[in-house]
Amino acid sequence: MKAPQFEYACPETINEAIRLLNAHQGGAKLIAGGQSLLPILAYRLAAPSLLVDVRKLPGLDSIKIGGDGVCLGAKVRWCDIEADGRLNRAHPLLKAAVAHIAHYQIRNRGTVGGSLAHADPAAELLGIAIACEAEIKIFGPAGERTVRADEFIVDALSTCLEFDELVVEMRLPSWPEGRRWAFEEFARRSGDFAIAGIALYFDQDGEGRACNSRVGVFGASRHPIRLPEAEAVLNGCVIDVATAARASRAAAQTVEPPDDIYASAQYRRALIEALTERALLRAASQ
Amino acid sequence: MSTHFEVNGRPVDTAVEPRTTLADCLRQQLGLNGTHVGCEHGVCGACTVIVDGKAVRSCLLLAVQADGSKVTTVEGLAPGVGQLGPLQIAFKKHHALQCGFCTPGFLMTAHALLTDEPFADKARIREVLSGNVCRCTGYLAIMDAVLDAQRAYQKEEKAVP
Repeated sequence: MKAPQFEYACPETINEAIRLLNAHQGGAKLIAGGQSLLPILAYRLAAPSLLVDVRKLPGLDSIKIGGDGVCLGAKVRWCDIEADGRLNRAHPLLKAAVAHIAHYQIRNRGTVGGSLAHADPAAELLGIAIACEAEIKIFGPAGERTVRADEFIVDALSTCLEFDELVVEMRLPSWPEGRRWAFEEFARRSGDFAIAGIALYFDQDGEGRACNSRVGVFGASRHPIRLPEAEAVLNGCVIDVATAARASRAAAQTVEPPDDIYASAQYRRALIEALTERALLRAASQ
Repeated sequence: MSTHFEVNGRPVDTAVEPRTTLADCLRQQLGLNGTHVGCEHGVCGACTVIVDGKAVRSCLLLAVQADGSKVTTVEGLAPGVGQLGPLQIAFKKHHALQCGFCTPGFLMTAHALLTDEPFADKARIREVLSGNVCRCTGYLAIMDAVLDAQRAYQKEEKAVP
């Protein structure tokens, strides 16, 4: 279908973008890559009065890697992350996740800020943000604020962003050398929305026992969440077949997956168990 | 609103509604009917064109967002009138099309990929082509055609060891 009518603006400063959003009191929407927003408009699930294009806003398109981690500007596209060789060491989990995002053509336009603001329950980036305790920098009429990923995501397709705020960047804490990690996702066809996915990592103490474990799930709950029960099973243990089985059972028991046309809750729960086990064994054998 | 961009090397200046997609603008305003519109919500890949060197779905891009960019459509693939580019020759040779509806999208996706990554392996090509849907061929002939045409894109560069 064709999108409903709207006005279009392409401001050159962030302040002007904020002013436009504020003047329209919730009627305006930001557009970046448009890879989620344009399908929504084509389905007429939304009818904004104004689209504010971010493409001319300065300073939002860099990937910065430093002592405090990896900072992804809001306009960084998936293809920019794929092309950045530094991230293979600086954040291999992010790199692995991005390979699962939609298709080639979508990865050439979809952006970090757009994915965060859209907050699809199956979004790989949100899974990474939650698992890695990312911080999201937001700019609005009152200036800048920074929120944790778990504060940022409020519900399915719902964030703490006010109508006149925009995402500036997302920071992932630095990634130590030697960290074990794995990313597992299940979709019926390559590029489809995940029916369930797992992003996890752990560090190891001197005796090879896991510590600082993080297990994040996406696509199988109302929004991506961490699974502290599974993490608790891992911490202090050597990750072997028995531990992986116990942790993945804990993961499956913790999630409350939705029943929808793509999969039943029971199926998703079984998937979470299988994917967590697979991910843990892969991470352990790195 | 007016939008100004380059299509197949030719500058165009056209007036569109903000909601007009690049796909509709190409077809209806500019008469470039080679770009096909399938699903209109970014699933089928039929409308793939190349914008500033990147393959994109032209149904998920507003014509006003393309302002200032360089667009290549399937009409820009052939080297001259009455001639075919290497991918087009290979598609013909390998019977990589039947009804032809999806073909422009496959051609533009494969062209962008092979231009960027002339030594892409089979797995990479399959992965990239997974963003395009064909309901006739079953994809094997399309893979054969792209692999055959790949040599033409490798002329200028040495193989990556």
